[in-house]
Amino acid sequence: MSIPPLLQVEGLHVRYPVRKGLFGGVVGTINAVDGVSLTLARGETLGLVGESGCGKSTLGRTVIALQRPSAGTVLFRNQDLFALPPDQLKRQRRFAQFIFQNPRTCFDPRRTVGASVRMALDVQQMLDRQDRDEAVADIFRKVGLRPEHRFRYPHELSGGQLQRIGIARALILKPSLIVCDEPVSALDVSVQAQILNLLRDLRAEFELALLFVSHNLAVVEYIADRVAVMYYGRIVETAPAKQLFRAPRHPYTKALLAAVPSIDVARRDDPVPRLGDPPDPARLPSGCRFRNRCPIATPRCAEHEPALAGVDAGHAVACWAAEGAAIPISAMAGG
Amino acid sequence: MTTILPSPRHGPPLLEIRDLRTQFGFGPGTVNAVQGVDLRIAPGEIVGLVGESGSGKSVLALSILRLIQTPGRIAGGQILFDGRDVLAMSARDLGRWRGRDIGIIFQQPQGCLNPVRRIGWQVAEPLRQQERLTRRAAWDGAVSLLRSVGIPAPEEKALAYPHQLSGGQAQRVMIAIALALRPRLLIADEPTTALDVTIQAQILELLRDSCRHAGTSLLLVTHDLGVVARLADRVAVMYAGRIVEDGPVATMLDDPGHPYARGLLRAAPRLGQSGGERLQDIPGGIPDLSRAAPGCAFAPRCGRRASLALARCLEEMPPLATVRPDHRLRCWAAPDATGARS
Repeated sequence: MSIPPLLQVEGLHVRYPVRKGLFGGVVGTINAVDGVSLTLARGETLGLVGESGCGKSTLGRTVIALQRPSAGTVLFRNQDLFALPPDQLKRQRRFAQFIFQNPRTCFDPRRTVGASVRMALDVQQMLDRQDRDEAVADIFRKVGLRPEHRFRYPHELSGGQLQRIGIARALILKPSLIVCDEPVSALDVSVQAQILNLLRDLRAEFELALLFVSHNLAVVEYIADRVAVMYYGRIVETAPAKQLFRAPRHPYTKALLAAVPSIDVARRDDPVPRLGDPPDPARLPSGCRFRNRCPIATPRCAEHEPALAGVDAGHAVACWAAEGAAIPISAMAGG
Repeated sequence: MTTILPSPRHGPPLLEIRDLRTQFGFGPGTVNAVQGVDLRIAPGEIVGLVGESGSGKSVLALSILRLIQTPGRIAGGQILFDGRDVLAMSARDLGRWRGRDIGIIFQQPQGCLNPVRRIGWQVAEPLRQQERLTRRAAWDGAVSLLRSVGIPAPEEKALAYPHQLSGGQAQRVMIAIALALRPRLLIADEPTTALDVTIQAQILELLRDSCRHAGTSLLLVTHDLGVVARLADRVAVMYAGRIVEDGPVATMLDDPGHPYARGLLRAAPRLGQSGGERLQDIPGGIPDLSRAAPGCAFAPRCGRRASLALARCLEEMPPLATVRPDHRLRCWAAPDATGARS
């Protein structure tokens, strides 16, 4: 009997209505998350990548019950989050925390940052009242700040310092999962490296599982154990990080990787993939949703949507062509 | 295929900036955002201007265009465009110069387009104003510009409003507007930062090809070294309002001399290289630009200074010294002439 995963997501759907006109009549739906299943083990980091609008943030928010799915289940610590009564859900929230993209906008500007962090303890009624301030001071040290920083207001701190406090606020509840939604995108590269290293250290120390949502593939490669590539609501490829970056199988993953500009000047004239513009998410093509941008689509792709199928140990791809020969990236560059 | 063109160092530069200073605010709280920048851009040259937020790179770009608004002001220095003194231009000359010779591309294309005008008219506007074309001719010109920047079905798209465009299309429209009058200098401030990576690759290619074909110079302001590697002939790195190093792109991305430039290279995770190895961050943060400190602005964060225990770095600002004909470096600890090794 194997240990059950920390997080198990089954058949998750999140639909948003598309409204139009003066009276807001519903004219369609966007399937932001369209049948996603995934698991996350204790202490594991799953990187979730994809273009803007692909549903990765919605997925991240839904798995920790910041919003309700239209269908599907989320088992977290063996509990079905969306079947729990409110008081028990609140208790579970302690174990699943969130780090936001822009630390400038996620703190109350009229509250000291120490008070904002302490509030997490107050809400969850953790520790005795008199011990909470000491716990805040401890966690500030842990994330590389001085305890005196507690008495500052958000506008007095830099973006990197605020993101450390964002991490402190999540960490102080001793969670087992943190969803990080683009946690370093708003930061400069030197500060980004500080925060990524901090997350790696804390992850080891606290046995944290991370769901790391990012559009930056190099950052994900640095931090993730496993990666899932999302395209308009579906996971189209998932593999251990090393394997995904070394031997991607899905044409979309290949295009994403080839599009990242290399720092190597010798590669400045490498062909760039021409994917064309992204589709209207309310009107995705039939069959495989990537087929109208795909360089190797066949008639079969228009008829049936490929399911995520294993091709190798821990490596699954949703593509009809993936079992076949490797697709050279040069085939993706147009003239 | 041409890759790295030799930097045309000889002959008169298109743009020459001398000791430019830009300040914001007054009194003791004055922020010295640009503190004496010297920079030349040759005709047809693509210069990448790299630095982190607060380094003054965007302020420098706006200063060149004289777009600094109160409480900011250009406090000193000279900007020469093709020998003409930009800071001495009358409002009328300035308007004509900006319209004719300069193209501008900003980070957020949607924020720069008029939401209630069809994009065709927005592209046609410079043609109408500066070239005095008729409405019909300007519209046709706009359609062919939209085609040249890769907008599909440009006749129909010209009728669209900005909200009907994707981010990538909107940036293409901005590029079309910027290139409408075949400017001699294009200034692009983080042109692809708001775009997805697949779109970014295509926009960068469009920018590079447009500049190469028309011989347009480009000042490319960015924090992304990958973007610089794809486009730039030369790279200038800014820190705390000053250029700390300036050299050919291959040198700057392979073996730069300044500790800050080296730190930036090591701090960025790279595809296919990371995993086990720990990223080397640059400890600390940027200095307060309203406080004049003696010495090198980077000294408090500098590992090289710490390991060499150099006192001079904290006492005296190093000059931007020419270490090779096309390579300038602002560091006391850098061995001269041969380029620095740390």
